[in-house]
Amino acid sequence: MRRDFITYCFGYLAALSLTGIAFACVFYRLLPPVQTFALVLVLALIQVIVHMRCFLHISLKRSARADLQLILFSAMIILLMVGGTLVVLFNLSARMM
Amino acid sequence: MTFWHILLGRLTWDSLVFVEAWRNPTISEIIGGLAGGVAVLGAALLFGLITILGRWRYLWTVWLTSLDHKKIGIMYMVFAVIMLCRALIEAVLMRTQQAIAINNPGLVAPDHFAQLFSTHGTIMVFFVGMPLLTGLMNFVMPLQIGSRDVAFPYMNSISLWLTVGGGIMMMASLVVGKFSTGGWSGYPPYTELAFNGGVGPDYWIWAVSLSSLGAMMTGINFAVTVYKFRSPGMRWMRLPLFTWTTLCTAILMIFAMPPLTVATLLLAADRYLGMHFFTNDLGGNVMNFVNLFWLFGHPEVYILILPAFGVYSEVVSAFSSKELYGYTSLVIATMVIAILSFTVWLHHFFTMGQSAGVNSFFGIATMLIGIPTGVKIYDWIWTMFWGEVRFSTSMLFSIAFMITFVIGGMTGIILATPPLDYLVHNTLFLVAHFHNMLIPGTLYGVIAGYYYWFPKAFGFRLSEKWGRIAFVCWVPGFYLAFMPLYVMGASGVARRTQELFDPALRPWVIAAEIGALLLLAGLASLFIQLYVSIRQRHTTRVPVGDPWDARGLEWSMSAPPPEYNFAVIPQVSRRDPFHWQKINNGAYKPADHYRDIEVPKNSMCGVLIGLGMTACFTGLVWHMWWLAVCGFTFSLGTAIARSFMRDVRRTIPAAEVEAQHRRWLETTAAALPIPRHLEMTPENEGLAKWQG
Ligand code: HEM
Ligand SMILES: [Cu+2]
Repeated sequence: MRRDFITYCFGYLAALSLTGIAFACVFYRLLPPVQTFALVLVLALIQVIVHMRCFLHISLKRSARADLQLILFSAMIILLMVGGTLVVLFNLSARMM
Repeated sequence: MTFWHILLGRLTWDSLVFVEAWRNPTISEIIGGLAGGVAVLGAALLFGLITILGRWRYLWTVWLTSLDHKKIGIMYMVFAVIMLCRALIEAVLMRTQQAIAINNPGLVAPDHFAQLFSTHGTIMVFFVGMPLLTGLMNFVMPLQIGSRDVAFPYMNSISLWLTVGGGIMMMASLVVGKFSTGGWSGYPPYTELAFNGGVGPDYWIWAVSLSSLGAMMTGINFAVTVYKFRSPGMRWMRLPLFTWTTLCTAILMIFAMPPLTVATLLLAADRYLGMHFFTNDLGGNVMNFVNLFWLFGHPEVYILILPAFGVYSEVVSAFSSKELYGYTSLVIATMVIAILSFTVWLHHFFTMGQSAGVNSFFGIATMLIGIPTGVKIYDWIWTMFWGEVRFSTSMLFSIAFMITFVIGGMTGIILATPPLDYLVHNTLFLVAHFHNMLIPGTLYGVIAGYYYWFPKAFGFRLSEKWGRIAFVCWVPGFYLAFMPLYVMGASGVARRTQELFDPALRPWVIAAEIGALLLLAGLASLFIQLYVSIRQRHTTRVPVGDPWDARGLEWSMSAPPPEYNFAVIPQVSRRDPFHWQKINNGAYKPADHYRDIEVPKNSMCGVLIGLGMTACFTGLVWHMWWLAVCGFTFSLGTAIARSFMRDVRRTIPAAEVEAQHRRWLETTAAALPIPRHLEMTPENEGLAKWQG
């Protein structure tokens, strides 16, 4: 119970600050655009992991193995769909030039 | 803004097909008016009949509000069959048009013809194929894994009623307004406001959205059920093959429906909010829609075909009295197909401008799917080899499937070769190809499964004679209707063509017409089969529940099954558990002790949410904004109210469970065990004499 509470608090704060940093970078223009974009992406990825770990309780423990499998599977499908879409559309766009 | 305008939005007298047919009585309009009339009369007749017979109460309390997966499954199928009647009649009308319209305008005007292929395609995919298979999976899968229901019975009911709501919208489009003329794929920019200001594309967008929401929820429901609700000992590699295909289908539904919903909603944003996602101007890009649509579209065809693969696996094994050959390879093949189906979507637009490199990649990926599919075909053939094969209706359809599907696969390889696709894309060759996959791959599978599991669902067998008559219509009917299309397509006839100009095509279109009529006769024979079987039910009862000497857990209880499926949850120790129970004399035994069983209470919330969303989307189609807001608020309110209800389960006391179970065991003890060659005779009471 207490452990859970601490995890949730930690997750909440982490998520909040990760979001905050991203917004701050854009708002105060701390970095040039390309670097900002990269940073926001990285922060978003970290945030995904925080959510999974703290809120969805995904871990490498045996009991959570099935969940982990499902997440990896989803990640693969999303990678296929998003990656494929990017390849196709950039290809089309290049040929329109 | 007058009051009427706010109340009715775009709806006027002229939107009624009857008014249109009255003003402008061409044959095409009169056909439209007649179709609308049939829809209205049919609905009125149905309502009237139920009222006269005083069956509303029964219907509402026993069926419509039920959360029992078996009843929901059956309702899915009844709904789909109604839609199938319409879509098949439309198909015959299109064929008749092409048979007549060689150098003359024929029966239906171009715009009407376009509505016909758009509704036919949309209905067949979203409101026939998917609900038929969802119904079958709903009924069978929980029984096969030894579960008492699906994971989320209430969500199951919502899925059903969202899908039915989409069907209601499709039917409404027969009577008020016109449906889209943009085909089942609804490509913009043609479906954008600039070219299509009417209600047609909106009907398509919202009907399809309802269906895809329902399907996605079904996917989640089934996947969780297979993951979490298997009975003890039912390990992964002990699952029946139909359950495997259900799981893979469910996963496809989860991942394939969202791209479609995104595509239709973005198109709606273009049409309603003045956005420019897919318009020709202001930075819109049509290819985004095409890409999203086929990200959904290709997995969709596997949603339509995988469950049928599962049915064939069960049927071939049961009617050959043999263990499924190559179980592991079938499981792996199913998974490989499911994953590969996410890597090939581009073969639907080879000709839309990508480089040769991209096209070759997707062409090769497409051809790869042939390998696991081939593995399956061989596995089924080896299952029959040296088995005690009985040529029941299910088995006949399965064999017809294997041969026909392979032919379709071959033409698929042709289409997967980009240079060849450049020649035949968008011709009748393609139309022939996909019907060649979908009719054996979906409809034959559903018919085979229907015949196979019907005795389980209703307690009596279907007429074998009429099953065979249906077979003789469906199989030659298919070949006659679609083989000519290969020829016409290869000689360059475009698909979606309302009028033809080459008299040399006449023999082919007439053959195709006869084929389509045969297919219609096939559907009629299925209805006659049902009628005759109900009349003869006293001679075909199988109360013991195992008429085919089959192998899965779904055969281990009475027919029809009790509401809670299993008096005691079975303990599984190997594959084909019921078969081994029978051999080791473990079947038909009373339990040591029985427990109370909790089942979900009926709930009207599913119906209300479904109908509320239908009202909302209908309001959006007609720009009746008040209706849209009310419908949505109503659905949301119902969902919230339901989440506060605590008393949603009902307990069936152990004593009652025990009494029912013992009564069934007595029936079993009194029944005569039947050897397999007598299973079509009245002696078959559902108890098999197993010879090991
Ligand atoms: C049972 C007998 C069937 C017949 C006689 C039939 C006939 C037809 C005809 C004549 C067309 C129009 C072809 C053209 O473009 O010129 C068509 C299109 C189509 N059919 Fe069928 N069909 C049948 C079953 C099915 C089934 C079972 C499905 C799917 C599950 C299906 C899905 C489609 C689709 C998606 C289209 C394309 C619609 C479009 O062009 O947007 N059909 N069919
Ligand atoms: Cu495809």
